[in-house]
Order: sequence, then C-alpha cells, then structure tokens
Amino acid sequence: MQRKFRTASLALAGTMAGALILTACGGSGDTAGAALDPNADLTKQTLTISNWAGYYPEDQTAAVEAAIGTPLTITNHATNEEIMAKLTAGGDSGIDVAFVSGQFAQALNEAGLIEPINPAFVPNLSNLYPEAQQLAYDPGNKFSVPYAWGTTGICYRSDLVDAPTSWNDILEPTDANKGKVTALATERWLMLPAQKALGFSANTTDEAEMQQVKEKLIAAKPGLLAYDDTTFFSRLVSGEATMVVAWDGWCNYGSAEDPNIKFVIPKEGSDLWADTMVVLKTSKNKEAALAYINYILDPVNHAWVAENILYKVPNGPAMKAVTGLTADYPNMGMTPTDLLKGESLVDLGEAGPSYTKIATEVTSS
Amino acid sequence: MSTSTKTRTNGGRGASRRRALRARAIFAGPGLLYITAFMSIPLILIFVYSFFTRGRFGGVVWEFTSQNYSRLFESVYVNVFVSSIAIAGTTTLLALLLGYPTAYAITRLSPKWRTIALVLVVLPFWTNFLIRTYAWIILLNSEGPVNSGLLSLGIIGAPLGLLYTPGAVIVGLLYAYLPLVVLPIYASLERADRQLLEAASNLGANRFRAFFDVTLPLSLPGAMIGAIFVFVPSLGNFVVPELLGGGKTVMVGNLIRDQFLEARDWPFGAVIALSVVALLVILFAIQAAIARRINGKAVTRA
Amino acid sequence: MPKIGWLRLPLTLTYLFLYTPIVVLVIMSFNASKTPFVWKGFSTRWYTELFQDDLIRQGFINTMIVAVSATILATILGTLLAIGISRYFRSAILEAYALAPAIIPDLALAIGLLAFFSLMGVTLSLVSVLLSHVVFGMAFVAAVVIARMGQTDSSLEEASRDLGGNALTTFFKITLPSLAPGIIAGALLVFTLSLDEFVVAYFTNGPATPTLPIVIYSMVRFGVTPEINALAALLLLVSFTFVISAQRITRLTDSV
Repeated sequence: MQRKFRTASLALAGTMAGALILTACGGSGDTAGAALDPNADLTKQTLTISNWAGYYPEDQTAAVEAAIGTPLTITNHATNEEIMAKLTAGGDSGIDVAFVSGQFAQALNEAGLIEPINPAFVPNLSNLYPEAQQLAYDPGNKFSVPYAWGTTGICYRSDLVDAPTSWNDILEPTDANKGKVTALATERWLMLPAQKALGFSANTTDEAEMQQVKEKLIAAKPGLLAYDDTTFFSRLVSGEATMVVAWDGWCNYGSAEDPNIKFVIPKEGSDLWADTMVVLKTSKNKEAALAYINYILDPVNHAWVAENILYKVPNGPAMKAVTGLTADYPNMGMTPTDLLKGESLVDLGEAGPSYTKIATEVTSS
Repeated sequence: MSTSTKTRTNGGRGASRRRALRARAIFAGPGLLYITAFMSIPLILIFVYSFFTRGRFGGVVWEFTSQNYSRLFESVYVNVFVSSIAIAGTTTLLALLLGYPTAYAITRLSPKWRTIALVLVVLPFWTNFLIRTYAWIILLNSEGPVNSGLLSLGIIGAPLGLLYTPGAVIVGLLYAYLPLVVLPIYASLERADRQLLEAASNLGANRFRAFFDVTLPLSLPGAMIGAIFVFVPSLGNFVVPELLGGGKTVMVGNLIRDQFLEARDWPFGAVIALSVVALLVILFAIQAAIARRINGKAVTRA
Repeated sequence: MPKIGWLRLPLTLTYLFLYTPIVVLVIMSFNASKTPFVWKGFSTRWYTELFQDDLIRQGFINTMIVAVSATILATILGTLLAIGISRYFRSAILEAYALAPAIIPDLALAIGLLAFFSLMGVTLSLVSVLLSHVVFGMAFVAAVVIARMGQTDSSLEEASRDLGGNALTTFFKITLPSLAPGIIAGALLVFTLSLDEFVVAYFTNGPATPTLPIVIYSMVRFGVTPEINALAALLLLVSFTFVISAQRITRLTDSV
C-alpha cells in the first residue's frame, strides 16, 4: 500500500514538475504595449505570414526581402476557420501577419489578439479607396487593412447553360443541371445564397429567418454535386459542373483556362467581403509587419498582386494600373460603388455557433 | 522468466526489495509518467471541460453545465452518429469479408511466403494516410482510370459520379484500415488452426465441420479485434469524408473537428470525442468477455 | 499443408485492392503531361519541381526535425518502459496502460493534447508536435520490445550478475544488445509513423511551421496535381524501405 502511495505521489509530482517546465519554455514575453520604434532595423527582424495558397504573387518572398530587407516566410491556411483556431489557441502562434476575412478580423480584435494599425507606420493607407476605409467590420481600418475585396456570385459555363439570373438557379436547379452544381462549404458563404434568395440579410441572427434558410438549404442538397471551396473551378473546366457558387476572383481562374467561363451576380444581391491583413499582438516583429503592409499598399506592388491573383484590390491607383485586365475578366472592372451594393459581412458574435450548427444540419442531411 | 534461487551476496531481502523498487522507478517510471502527463491528463482534462461552457473564442469558461451532454441527443447529432455507424459498419463488414479469407489464405502458405504475404498486406498501412486517400481521388475522378476504363469498355455511356458519394467514403475507409483487420485474424487463426484441425481430423470430422465448429469460433476473438480496429477509427476519421465525400457526408470525426476548429466549442467537441473513446472501451470489454468464453470452451492444448 | 485453392481469389483481390492505387499513383508521377489522365510520355520534371517548392521544402524540414527527435525520445522511453513492465512489474493492466496511447483514437488524443497545451500556456509549435508524437511512438516501441523480450532468454543476464557484473554493466553489455533488434525495429516504425502522422500534428502544430503531411493536406484539398503524385511516390518509397528494414531486422535475428 505504502509503495503504491509513494509511486502515485512520485507520479503526480513528476507530472507537475514537467508541466511547470513546459510552461516556462512555452510562455512568451508580453510584447503588447511596447511602443513601436520608427528607426527599427528591419533587416534584423523576420516575418512569418499566413495567407491562402495562390493568393499572392509567387515572387513575393524575394520581392519583399529586396524592398524592406526583412526575410519573409509564408505559410498557408486553407480556410479562415483554420487560422482562427490556431491564433485563438493561446500563446504565441509564431505568425506576425495573418490574412483573414474582415468579419474574422473583427472577432480577433474583440478577443484582444491583434495590434492596432498605427497609421504613422503605414502612410500608404491613403491609397485605399474611401469606401475601403469605412467597411462595416472595421470602420477607419483601426486594426485591419484590406488586401483584396469582392463579392460572391455564380460562375458558370456559358457554352453549357444560359446565364443564371437567380440564386435559385443553384438552389433549385433544372433537371439538366441537377448534380452539376456546387455550393461553397465554409459557413458564411454556405448560407449566403439561401439568405439572399429569401430576401434576408447575410448577417441575420433572427432564428425564424435562419430556420427558413436551413430548410431551403436542406432541400437544395440533393441537387448538389458537392460542397466545394477549392476545386470548383476545375469542375467547371472539366464540365462536371455547369454552375458553381464562387468568389469573383476565383471565377477568373476558370476564365483564364476556358473563356466560356463567366461570372454573374444574381438579381437578389450578394455580399461584400474583404480579406484583410492583421498584425498579431504576440508578434515580435511589429515594425517589419507594418512595413510589409505598407509595401503591399504601394500602388505598384498592389497592382502586381491584382495581376497575379486576379482579385480586385481596394487600392485606387493600383486598380487604375490594371484596367487592361477588364477585357478578359469583366468583374475586375467593378467599381467600389458597384461593390457597395453588396452587403458587407460582419462578425456574428454570440450567434456564431448557431450558424455552425445549421451548417452541420445541412451538410449531414 | 526464470527466477534465481541463489541468495544474493549483497543485502538480503529488504535490500533486494528496494533494488526492485528502484529498478521499477528507473525503467518504467519515466515512461509511465510521460503517458500520464501526455495522454491521461489531456483526456481527463477534456472530460472536465465537457461539463463547462464554451469560451467565446475557444477554450472554456468555468460555468458548470450538463448541456453539452444533452445536446448530444439532439436529432442532428444523433443522425450523424447513426449514419457514421452505418458507414463505419459497412466498411467493417466489407473489411471482414475480404480480410478473413485473406488471413486464412495466408495461414495456408508455406512459412517463407507467409511472412512476405503478411508484410505485403501491412505495408500500405505504414504509408502516408493522406496519400492513400488521395490515390482514390485520382482513381474515382470522372476523368480517372476507373471511369476511362469503363467508358472505353463501353460499359457506361457517360462518366459515373463515383467521387463525392458515401460509397467513395466507404472505399476510402476500407482502403485505410483493411491491413489492420488481417493481422489479428491471422494471429488467432495461426494459433488455433493447426493443432485443433489435427485433433478434429483425428476424431473424424471433415474439413468443413472442422472449420465451422472449431476454427471459426477460435478465430472469433481475433476477428473481433480486427473489427474494432476498423470500426472505431472509421468513426473518428474526418479526412476521408471530407476529401472523398465532397462535404456531403458528415461523420463523427468531422463533427469533432468542426467543433474544435470551426465553432470553437471545445466542451461539446470533447463530449463527442469522449463518446468515441467510451465506445472503444465498451467494444473492447465485449470482445474480452467473448474471448474468455470462447477460450474457456476450447480444447485445451496439451 | 492443404492447398490454398479457392482462397487464392480473396488473397489476390486484397492485394489488387491495396496496390492498384499505389501503382497508378507512381505511374502518374512520371507522366509528362500536366492534365493527369492523358499520358504524354515519361518525365521526371515533377520530381525536380518538387524540390524547388518552398512550402514542401519547409514541410519536409519540419517533419524531419520532429521525426528524428521523436524517434530518439520515444525509443529511449519506450525501451525503458518495456523492460520495466515486462521484467519488474509483470502486470497486464500496466502493460495495457503502456500500450494505450497507440490504441486511443488519434482524434481524441489530438484534441486532448490541444486542450492540455492550451491550458498550460504552451505555444503550439514543432515542440508540441514532438511531445505528442512521442507519447504514442513510445507505445509502439514498447509493444515491439515487449514482444522481443518474450522471445529472449533472461538467463544470460542471470549469468552476468552471478559472474559479478553490476546492474549497469549487465544492462549495457547484455540486455540492450539482446534487445537491439526489437529496439531498432521499434525506432524505424516510430520514425515512419511520425513521418506520416497527420491528425495529431494538425491539431497540435503551430501555424508557422507546417509538417509535410499538413502541407500535403492543403495541397490535396485543391485537387489532383502532378507534383503531389511525385511527392506521394517518394514518400511511399521511404515508408516501404523503413518498414521492410524493420521487418528484416527482427526476422534476421530470430535465430539468435
């Protein structure tokens, strides 16, 4: 008996000692509140950035290092939710700048995880369209800087189907198109088509409305090929799908491979989303992070981004430089006024989990 | 292990007890401590979490609630469990149908070929699981070899929608866990087969009767282990339903993943995960009980 | 030995089922054409492109760091554990406890570890992945070494002690060498496991340092590309080599 007790307390002590050691190793110093140094030597800092794959020019690492002197490492995340989970898990994620959609930047800010953007360090903020400086999730760009923006619509093969006019063309496809349409998988954009088709807000938290949205989406599931965030344009190219719910820039990748692929915004309206850059409070390289953001906002660099990723950037001078793209990619020619017709997505606060539950109910039906 | 009856020249019984204790501490101590710290405590932790409320951004707020457990019984989640069990069950059945004869065939090979055959069965299991699932995306794609083959043979007129169906998920799961079914069945067949068949044939039974009355029951414990090794991981798998199911097949694994990485509802995710662990424990207990009964009834070896 | 007869059918089916996708994958990796299913001639260009891909290189380095360290730690802990349990405790319950990490569903272990690290304030990084891989790697090593101990004879150790060797000498000169095949095989298996491990790494890794399986996961979600085929073929080769080596080492010395 005594032996067992000793072994047990030994085990307990050992575990606690181990845990304490780990905490000591793992916890990082609190860098919040340290003032930014305008004369910081950027070559001595390093930058780690998390962005979507293919959402930046391939030469960005080299170009940034040449421009601001800081070595850059880029890692990828596939969805907003994925990077959010890592950033909110506590501790220092090792990420200095994260690319997240606006509503998620809002959530990160409320969680106290991101650093306010100091305009003194980012003079190129003035290049942003006035409309892009007052977006609903962060008016005044206090904690986030928009990188790309756009809307969601239907991307389709004009040689295989007539131009769709309504979200119901995907939610209630004709027999010819059954099993040949896809919807976006991530929550907010999964709900969007049904919300708009029913005339509701994309940010609604009304339970009765969301119940109707759920029922419409469940009814739509049998007609779908898949819920697909990532391979849908190749489905269009191969002809497996005739119409897909898609972000406007993503549809351009399809148009690049097959000029018959076109983009349309359904008549019921759509959203206005923005992908933003945020600086993490735990970053030890904040000056370099802000210098990076400033670099991106330079019209030449931001235009290079737009040319490479075929998404619109909220940068006036930059967009002027890429007007040539509009011929092949009409949605690149959308003006801020056009975009503002879409409803800006914001964080849902406490209602967030209810969306997840509805998404589960829909996809598992 | 043989124990020496010679008395030690240093110490005597008290000293040798202390030595034994020290030896235990030195050898098993670190490992057991490590497992406790990095397996038991995490599992206990999420068990504790399951009784509290989700934090806004993940983690936990220390407000006690039993709501997470009652939520498990809401129809949406029950449905997911039911369809997961259906898919995992079908996969297990197919695995047994294919795996049992395979294991039996291997026992029939000459010893040299037996090892090679076993290694060949197990080898795919040790390769990257994502790659093995990805291989099926290639195969089942509408432009892939399966469809092209069927098209060129004129069996079908247009490519079949093989991918993004529950069937594709089952094939993917089967592919992932089939090797795991063969080993335990082979092990129990190998131990049981020869001696008892000999005994049975000495007593005049023909081969069929020998198999059904003797071999099959004796290999049941092994088959059940194999079945558990396929069933439980299939339930907890989220990669295969996501990659091969087109997001349309939601299994328990997806639920858990979504709660942790999307909804950031850790307590609820913990409840679901723990229910899978509980299922594992229950299944093992059932298997152990049946194994004891069968081995008790078996002809004891001389 | 009775003939194998009709059992040949399920046996062949199983092998066909298990190996056809692998064969297709390897063939495709040498396909010069970018569109996957049209054969345009033999080419190794995807392999060269693979080595130039930054993200894959990052992933590979990170995975190597974790796999090598995890193997070392897991082998040491697992071997000690195996000896301690099968020689000094001889308890079936403890043996089950030692092997439990290998049997617990990896998703449950992954989220438990995530919660644990989060609570302890441990930064998610390669270190947290390493710590996680060690816990079930150790169980695999222990399993292999325990099996090996069942095959070896402890009388050599008895003899060594009777001849005056102290515990330490006995351990290093007699015990370890006789267990060596099991230890090496266990180490090779842990290395392979860690190399390929996705689920636990996915939850316990920091976003800045992806391991190779995590990189592959993001790539695979975007669809089929020839680069992935090449990567897949290479990883298959590595895994096969390690496992076959582990098998041959334990087999070769069965007669010892």
